[in-house]
Amino acid sequence: MDWHQLWKITSAPDNVPIVGMLFLVPFFTWYGLKQARENDKLIAELENDPAKAKTHHRKTLPWRPGWARELHVWPFLVRVEFLAAVIVTAILFIWSITLDAPLEEPANPNLTMNPSKAPWYFLGLQEMLVYFDPWIAGVVMPSLMMVGLMVFPYVDSNPLGNGYYTIRQRRFALAMFGIGWVTWIILIVIGTFIRGPGWVWFWPGQTWDHNAVVFDKNQDLHDVFGITHANFGDAAIWMQIIFGAMVVGLFYLLAGLFLHWLMKRGPLKLKYLRSWRELKQWATTPDRLETSLLARTSVLQYLTFQFFAISVLIALPVKILLRLAFTIKYVWVTPWFNV
Amino acid sequence: MDSERPDEKEGQPKAGNGAPQKPADPNDPEGIKSLLRAASGVPAGSRKAVPAETTAAATTEEGGRASTADFISKTRKQGLALKDRAIQEAETYKDPQQTQLWKSIFRVSHDRSDPRNRSLAILSNVFLHLHPAKINRDAVRYGFTWGMGGITFYLFIVLTFTGVLLMFYYHPTKVQAFRDILYLEHDVPFGKLLRNMHRWAAHLMVITTWLHMFRVVLTGSYKRPREFNWCVGVVLLVLTLLLSFTGYLLPDDQLGFWAVTVGTNMARATPMFGSEGPFGPQLGMTPYNDVRFGLLGGSIVDANALLRSYIWHCIGIPLVASIFMAVHFWRIRKDGGISGPAPVMLEAEMKATKK
Repeated sequence: MDWHQLWKITSAPDNVPIVGMLFLVPFFTWYGLKQARENDKLIAELENDPAKAKTHHRKTLPWRPGWARELHVWPFLVRVEFLAAVIVTAILFIWSITLDAPLEEPANPNLTMNPSKAPWYFLGLQEMLVYFDPWIAGVVMPSLMMVGLMVFPYVDSNPLGNGYYTIRQRRFALAMFGIGWVTWIILIVIGTFIRGPGWVWFWPGQTWDHNAVVFDKNQDLHDVFGITHANFGDAAIWMQIIFGAMVVGLFYLLAGLFLHWLMKRGPLKLKYLRSWRELKQWATTPDRLETSLLARTSVLQYLTFQFFAISVLIALPVKILLRLAFTIKYVWVTPWFNV
Repeated sequence: MDSERPDEKEGQPKAGNGAPQKPADPNDPEGIKSLLRAASGVPAGSRKAVPAETTAAATTEEGGRASTADFISKTRKQGLALKDRAIQEAETYKDPQQTQLWKSIFRVSHDRSDPRNRSLAILSNVFLHLHPAKINRDAVRYGFTWGMGGITFYLFIVLTFTGVLLMFYYHPTKVQAFRDILYLEHDVPFGKLLRNMHRWAAHLMVITTWLHMFRVVLTGSYKRPREFNWCVGVVLLVLTLLLSFTGYLLPDDQLGFWAVTVGTNMARATPMFGSEGPFGPQLGMTPYNDVRFGLLGGSIVDANALLRSYIWHCIGIPLVASIFMAVHFWRIRKDGGISGPAPVMLEAEMKATKK
């Protein structure tokens, strides 16, 4: 265990924000989900008791008849804002006094930095370069992510959970966001803490070896299936194109079916994992709420969602797995582009 | 509304401390007269007697000296009267809120016990008027919004402020850029603090932007009627990242240089517009006319790239971001303010979809 190496990575000034994020993200996740759980309890209670639902103020926050529903912004909001500004300023001052911004040697095109890393918030993109060609990792995927984010409110046809924390009423939407968010954070963490010189995988605490050579098989998917020049001669190139297109098409089909199946699932409880029968029932019985939500979704909304969810949320983890676990470089090889 | 201030009535008598007991309005001519009388020590009603006395003195042999003494005493009286008037006036300045200057700047009384004044404090202030006068009583709770959107905006202001100061010391040229950073760090008073603050505020802004989006997702705040504002927010996220990225090159050190080299190399692979991207070469793209060339102003990261980075960083993107921010904030109000904490909605209350 090379603690010095680990310390060098975590204490690099530009990596300090991500070390901070390792605490901030779990904290705010917990903080948000805690409120969601409280609201969910209230929702369950009110759904079982329609009489109470008619009179209840519908919040977990304290409420008494006679209390004003609205507060004056002056001073009740502006003072919070002022306090926030003061605290942020104080944090910034302390941070800036105790930690210096990095400054390396003057730029030198003849001396390549190794590893040459982007700022941490772009390390997810840089890490994606391992799994995809630059035109996908650097251009297509980021565009799909941004457009996908923008599209989300228009494909989410669920009217519930607007303006309050809840999991129960928005399971699928939150799961989809969750997959994207967690994948993104994991990619950044890999890029920051695990990739070393030559973008080689070094476990945290492993010493960076600048001479490390990785013997990767670096095979494409058609090689695994024997569609090679050795077996089929010049025809192989066309067979590879068709094979790759079929694999990608099949992937979209299977991922689409999987998402469609997932869309109608009820809550997955831990105890299901102990009983095969209960798990099977969960997997085969569509949830009433989720089914009614799906019925509200238009065909255009459904197809748009499927496209973005398959192309980003499913494709990314699948390709990472293929590359890391099965050392497969491309699934679709053509003379013009490789996927 | 100002005259209704309760402390005004109490404050005024106290103001007479050390001055004539009976406060007189300086604007009242009668008041001035009584002041003059008080200053000269002549009781009211004996006014006629004063000139008679002086004419009697003037008839004696030293007429010239008498008229001089007369002049002096007259001037003295006037001077004393003026002094007292000034003291009177100064007493009224003890309450600055009653002055013309104050009232010309702040139209609203600062007495916030009046609910109308509380509303006006927000509505009549250009910096605060993006707020509504009143909000959902639970929306001020930290737990709902986490304050991340506001903090992000505050960090943008901090970055603008420190950024402008940094611009005074920085030349976007290959010869000077790196030296300017060294100069900032070692010679400029508080230069190091300035640069550190700019750097860390930028990192923090990326974090707060993400956490803000995370909160909006968890509370479902992107839903109708706020879909469009969410899109504006996504654009602002991209602009925040681009601002950070363009700033990365500016110190012109190895860190920035190679990060930007790696980053812009990806642009080479843009489909159709990059020299190494799918269908790029077929469409006539070379390293000297593709999208990367446009970004860098050349085929390598060099002087032109530094200048372009600088202009995008200091002028181009902040300008665009400001416009999007204006829309973002405006739309928060137009879409009904902060989304919650809203009363929970039950499954049975879902309206049927429009067919």
